[in-house]
Amino acid sequence: MNSQRIHAVDITSRNLKANARLSLKDQQLRHNMRSAMDSLISKRIISMPDEDERENLRELGNKVRASALSQLPDLLERLEANLTQQGIQVHWASTTAEANEIVLKIAQARNAKQVIKGKSMVSEEMAMNEYLTEHGIEALESDMGEYIIQLDNEKPTHIIMPAIHKNAEQVGRLFEHRLAIPYTDDVDSLIQSARSILREKFFHADIGISGVNFAVAETGTLLLVENEGNGRMSTTVPPVHIAVTGIEKVVANLQDTVPLLSLLTRSALGQGITTYVNMISAPRQPGELDGPEEVHLVLLDNGRSQAFADSELRQTLNCIRCGACMNHCPVYTRIGGQAYGTVYPGPIGKIISPHLLGLENTPDHPSASSLCGACGEVCPVKIPIPALLRRLREENVKPPQQPGQVMDGQGSRYSSKERLLWKGWQYFNSLPWLYKTGTFMATRFGGLTPKNLGPWTQNHSAPKPATRSLHELAKQHLEKKS
Amino acid sequence: MSNQFYNAAPQETRVAPPRKPARTYPANKPAQVYLFGTCVVDLFFPEAGMDAIYLLEREGIAVDFPQGQSCCGQPAYTSGYTDQAREVARSQLKLFANDWPVVVTSGSCAGMFREHYPDLFKDEPEMLAQVQNLAARTYELAEFLLHVCKVQLADHGAPLQVALHTSCSARREMNTHLHARALLGQLAQVERVEHDHESECCGFGGTFSVRMPDISGAMVADKTQSLLASGAQQVVSADCGCLLNINGAFEKQNNPLLGQHLASFLWQRTHVEQEPSL
Amino acid sequence: MSARNKILADLRSSLLGTTPIADPFDSSLVDEPWRYSIAERVTRLKELMTAVHSEVLLTNNSEWPELLSDLLAARQVNKLLIAPATAHGKAFSAYSQATQKPLQLLAYDRPIEEWKRELFDDVPASFTGTLAGIAATGTLVVQPSPDEPRLMSLVPPLHIALLNASQIYDNLYQAQQHWPKPMPSNLLLISGPSKTADIEQVLAYGAHGPKDLIVLIVEDA
Repeated sequence: MNSQRIHAVDITSRNLKANARLSLKDQQLRHNMRSAMDSLISKRIISMPDEDERENLRELGNKVRASALSQLPDLLERLEANLTQQGIQVHWASTTAEANEIVLKIAQARNAKQVIKGKSMVSEEMAMNEYLTEHGIEALESDMGEYIIQLDNEKPTHIIMPAIHKNAEQVGRLFEHRLAIPYTDDVDSLIQSARSILREKFFHADIGISGVNFAVAETGTLLLVENEGNGRMSTTVPPVHIAVTGIEKVVANLQDTVPLLSLLTRSALGQGITTYVNMISAPRQPGELDGPEEVHLVLLDNGRSQAFADSELRQTLNCIRCGACMNHCPVYTRIGGQAYGTVYPGPIGKIISPHLLGLENTPDHPSASSLCGACGEVCPVKIPIPALLRRLREENVKPPQQPGQVMDGQGSRYSSKERLLWKGWQYFNSLPWLYKTGTFMATRFGGLTPKNLGPWTQNHSAPKPATRSLHELAKQHLEKKS
Repeated sequence: MSNQFYNAAPQETRVAPPRKPARTYPANKPAQVYLFGTCVVDLFFPEAGMDAIYLLEREGIAVDFPQGQSCCGQPAYTSGYTDQAREVARSQLKLFANDWPVVVTSGSCAGMFREHYPDLFKDEPEMLAQVQNLAARTYELAEFLLHVCKVQLADHGAPLQVALHTSCSARREMNTHLHARALLGQLAQVERVEHDHESECCGFGGTFSVRMPDISGAMVADKTQSLLASGAQQVVSADCGCLLNINGAFEKQNNPLLGQHLASFLWQRTHVEQEPSL
Repeated sequence: MSARNKILADLRSSLLGTTPIADPFDSSLVDEPWRYSIAERVTRLKELMTAVHSEVLLTNNSEWPELLSDLLAARQVNKLLIAPATAHGKAFSAYSQATQKPLQLLAYDRPIEEWKRELFDDVPASFTGTLAGIAATGTLVVQPSPDEPRLMSLVPPLHIALLNASQIYDNLYQAQQHWPKPMPSNLLLISGPSKTADIEQVLAYGAHGPKDLIVLIVEDA
């Protein structure tokens, strides 16, 4: 039955509000998301029981990232120089189109037909799979979660656990339907089936693609974190390895990866460390018997330099992609990642996507938050996510195309009517006589409140003002006393 | 929050502020305080504001209620209308000129004074000094009763199970959940019961509840359901924004369970004489 | 302008007039919470690695070859990939030869391209050394080399690693202080057999790499 399930969300749409409306009705999704997020929340805190240790480390993580950003161009040049000297070829791309062309050129030079991919959110930004497929190259995901969603023609719902919105039954049906594997909901057998299929793919792949968790400028090292071993397979078995990453992923020194790694794996999965930490500093050396002959690094900007240009928004780039903000987000938990219609969902997605796509393409993203603050509280590198959401709302309601514009698509929710309303609100609340007249009217004629107040009465009964305001009651009481 | 970065040079990369040390409280009760009632209490829960006044007066504290007060500015601020929020904040600042503590009957509005006003006035040095002075003497009601008044509450009510909902900004900016729990803990006949996902947002979020009614509605549906499932006979909260949301949803669901402001709950449980007529 | 120059110029102009934040690294925060006595290092590493489905056995310099041989026999493993040129490889070949065990020893002695199929399909187990261990996280530090190439610890379903107790460090920071400089072409931290929780967060071992990991800790080395 589930293999016939129609996806609640049209993943090609970026209309968060409409997507959310649909996914909220998907009870299976709601259930799967809630139980998964609850489990991730408790694993995280179990792995960080000592508040001082945790908070001190978060502060250090923040400073390490901020320090790296404060010298980002220098570090990128240093990284490039060291990697180049060690035999890794470095490429730069301003846009995803440029990044795709770079990958395609490398592939064509090797006459590559099959590409196997470790998990990479940047390659999702690039829509690399679609691009390579269009150019006659098979691009196959090898991370178990990515593999599952690729089979189902979906997009990742979570940056760490791409298929977390599906349960074992749904995966079993999918494998039955797409891979002709007899139905089972036994997770071990499902994983073993995928393992044997993907082993053959690793075997034959011409190119392996990966992301990068941290790029170390000091040593020219690409550090990759994973549990499955598909990252190691992708970066070791094929003769060519292409790593794609955002320009912000660089850190100054090797020792900086110590706090960041500990923060990353514990915040993401509640693990003290992942099964594999793979540090790559060179292609296969003379005398070595395996490893790729060619290693490439593609550094992608794609809107990051826009966020970088403003010191407040720059903090967005502290992100180490752990996903803790989404795990703890009451909105994300309810609507799932696909409803955001962007590569990065959840709170971090809401503050980074407007830079990658422009506010005009993500007009609802900054508003889809109650600003509850759970994300900011758990962020391992202390990105003030609620404050940045608020800042984006400010950019979103500014008049468009004003000088000094800091973001593409500024003012995508500008409305002169709404601005006028808030101006009225301002006068109402700054002029005591007006405020008192208004509250007097509301208390005396509150009974006349219409039953239907649009969006509010969708979930609530109409609010009934009290018959006397606190201003009146307090005045009466305090005058009586004196 | 961004406000804590106000002293960064324009393009200097920002570093998160260090963890705040635990707040220290004055050793003695002040003779006089200001009450900031908040706009939601003013119009929808005035009895909560009055009960706050009674609780403070019972502690021997004279309460001043500046009649010029309206709103802390939060709705505009969180909606991105920073200039409008700033002008409202400016009008409120004038009302608390004496160096008395400002007691606020809502954690998120107290948090607005303490955490966000400095951000609003980061470019106005003179105002900033005034704002920092206000921030230092702003208290959420439960915090003030517990740590400044050091109240000892004698419970006169019947045995009762209550569930406590704390607003997110009150929790994160003002520790209101801890203060409210401690106060409820003083009531001998009151048992506080936990509810599922207690620390999770109720879905209010100011204008979020009308901009994103579907998501907000799903959140408040879960919140009301878990409050019901807790078996509590009464819901208590120190924040009327959440109460507006939770009670409105309860009413829409035709559910008899309704939330009450902590001030009213405490006053009703501990007041022995005749109820003051409102 | 090339993408490179454009990106760097954009970033530089955004930083105009600012000073970089001084190196904030503070080793005490990553070192001090994770310190152990020498005895604790072994027990902690064992405990943590066992918790993630690894088998950790304590042994000594004279007995480990026999232990390894017994382990393989018990699992009915008849082929083992070793590095004959390493000290531990030599020691085990010598033991194997002397005891006439029915175990076929294979060497990774040619480029992967020449025997990829065999490595993928026909090598049930591998035996490698380790550079170090990390007590705080239950981790092996493995440095692939021409003797012990990268895939040795990845492709065979069973990986057996030899770890000297004296080379177990308290934490990652401590271990890093002893890493080779410059960094080798590949350096690995391994903390158990490969695993995934991508379906419903149910843990399954043997995702893409080894299904089993056995660690032999040589206590007197």
